[in-house]
Amino acid sequence: MGVSWSGPDAGHVVLAVALPPRVIGALARIVSTTSRLARRGGGSVIGGRVALRVDPLSLVRLTAGRMVVLVSGTNGKTTTTRLLAEALRSRFRVVTNTSGANMPPGMVSALAADISAEVAVLEVDEAYLRTAVEQAAPVLVVLLNLSRDQLDRVGEVGLLARSWQEVLSRHEVQVVANADDPLVVSAAERAGNVVWVAAGLAWRGDAHGCTRCGRNLRWDGPDASWWCECGNRRPEVMWRLIGSDLVARDGSVLHLTLSLPGRANSANAAMALAAAACLDVSLGAAHQAMTAVGSVNGRYLAADVAGRNVRVLLAKNPAGWLETLGMLRAPPTPLLLALNGRVADGRDVSWVWDVPVEQLRDRPVVVCGERRLDLGVRLRHGGIPVSIARDALAGLGALPPGPVDLVANYTAFQDVWRKLSDAA
Amino acid sequence: MPHSDKLRLVSVYPELLGTYGDTGNVCVLQQRAARRGICADVVTASVGDPMPTSGDIYLLGGGEDLNQMQAAERLQGHGAAALAKAVAGGAVVFAVCAGFQILGATFADEDGTLVPGAGLLDVVTTRSGKRAVGEVVAEPVNRPELPVLTGYENHAGRTTLGAEAVPLGRTLAGVGNSEGSRTEGACQGRVVGTYLHGPALARNPALADLLLQWVVGALPPLPDPMVEQLRSERIAAALGTPGSRFSASAGRLVSRSRY
Repeated sequence: MGVSWSGPDAGHVVLAVALPPRVIGALARIVSTTSRLARRGGGSVIGGRVALRVDPLSLVRLTAGRMVVLVSGTNGKTTTTRLLAEALRSRFRVVTNTSGANMPPGMVSALAADISAEVAVLEVDEAYLRTAVEQAAPVLVVLLNLSRDQLDRVGEVGLLARSWQEVLSRHEVQVVANADDPLVVSAAERAGNVVWVAAGLAWRGDAHGCTRCGRNLRWDGPDASWWCECGNRRPEVMWRLIGSDLVARDGSVLHLTLSLPGRANSANAAMALAAAACLDVSLGAAHQAMTAVGSVNGRYLAADVAGRNVRVLLAKNPAGWLETLGMLRAPPTPLLLALNGRVADGRDVSWVWDVPVEQLRDRPVVVCGERRLDLGVRLRHGGIPVSIARDALAGLGALPPGPVDLVANYTAFQDVWRKLSDAA
Repeated sequence: MPHSDKLRLVSVYPELLGTYGDTGNVCVLQQRAARRGICADVVTASVGDPMPTSGDIYLLGGGEDLNQMQAAERLQGHGAAALAKAVAGGAVVFAVCAGFQILGATFADEDGTLVPGAGLLDVVTTRSGKRAVGEVVAEPVNRPELPVLTGYENHAGRTTLGAEAVPLGRTLAGVGNSEGSRTEGACQGRVVGTYLHGPALARNPALADLLLQWVVGALPPLPDPMVEQLRSERIAAALGTPGSRFSASAGRLVSRSRY
């Protein structure tokens, strides 16, 4: 065990101890368990935080000798990570950060939970992909999509794409990337080995301009693919998602029968299947493992609360909302919307004006959450009559008994779950 | 209205200047006009399109650095001339953040290099290493009809006003144009620039009405209790007070004038 001085940031010198993985794992587990017992949260991050404080290279040490797969993108990270982990379990012992804790402390905590697992499937926050690639030495990186999200924390999405491009051009790693997202293509195009998947892209609000020349992209190429006058175009794909069919280059078709709803989840599954195929897992086995997943970390679960059957959906940015609107049950199924604006959500909620709320006609709509007024004002300007409720339970009370769809952003989703489970 | 009996709103390069929900400003103007019986057409001036000269109100939003550069390049020459012509004919321009900066004489690109803007506002924008991010409250300058302004800023630019431009407001919370100036935004005739997102006109309906009135003349009041509640909440959050210094109904800071 060596002791060294290291400073990840200039001017910040940390006394760091290089620990063997076994010791880091035990340390992180002890802290997590203690935290859980002390009821200070789920304990999914604190153990990793302490481990990183003691040894800033914990991520390097806990991934050494394991096969690491990273999953990143603006939307679908948690679900794709889960689907891929399930698929890989048919062949390997897998460790994964299922709770959505996707910054380095969350990854370290997850890795520490089982130091003998041979494969790690890690969801990575977009802004930490560079660090994760540098430290975890992945064999495979899955890139889903990039769009505006938490601009006050993460910053501009174009800069994010460039930081991905830079790190992927320096590291030899297999990439599975969504070819239908021009920003993802710009991020992955300098990587040595890319499997391109036409997984679709519903939100084009951040995909107007060509990343090479700035001209407006056109979207009328072969099977509605994007292209530009300058020659930039969707790369040749290995897999295409057409409706619920995943079509391989040789024309063979796998019909997806997922339990998860919506186009976005078919896209997540397509990306996970392409990744599983890269790791020599049979498509049939991978697909079968994925079909059993009916909810991810509370998402898509339904709960009976006060005579209402509430299905909870997560959407935290314009692209996510657009996909989620397509998953809603038909009108007049009532809708409860919950919006917060904490650090983890992004404090600026101006983006709600990018959501096509006009689609929410002909059903009762109630808004709650800490930023309910922002959402209420937005909906009213979209011609949607709306009631304001103090919290999710009061909101449910204002709706008729029967099925209710509830859409919440990140911390609002956690709040809602806590309230509903207490009430159920 | 100068051009026709319909109000013409022009959304300028929304694909480049629409990152922070600012396209909502177009929606707010359209709605507030419609609720007074005034029909508003929205014309989208996309990057490849010629800039219309017959608009009544032109709107530019915030955008990322690369998109802002492209918007400025496209605006050079014909676009800027068309805008200037419209302004000379009485048109209103409302520009937010990146859109505000490119209307100035010069602004800084992502490397800090100064590039020419459209020259409709006598302002110059340099670049700071530290982004200004957070809630803003500003007291309008020389506009007794306007209550305090509320919005959210997120920018690396620092803007200095020349002699021709007056600040839109004096900052009570947040950075606004720059740390030292305590000013927010700029007005020059009917050209208004601001750093406020939210979108600005959704959070400040009186400002939306001011822009409309410049084109159509006096408008009847249009009370909106939900927006007033939102305003008090955001202003209180920015000032770090539970709303005690602020009278929601009057929409003005009450303690300020007594100092």
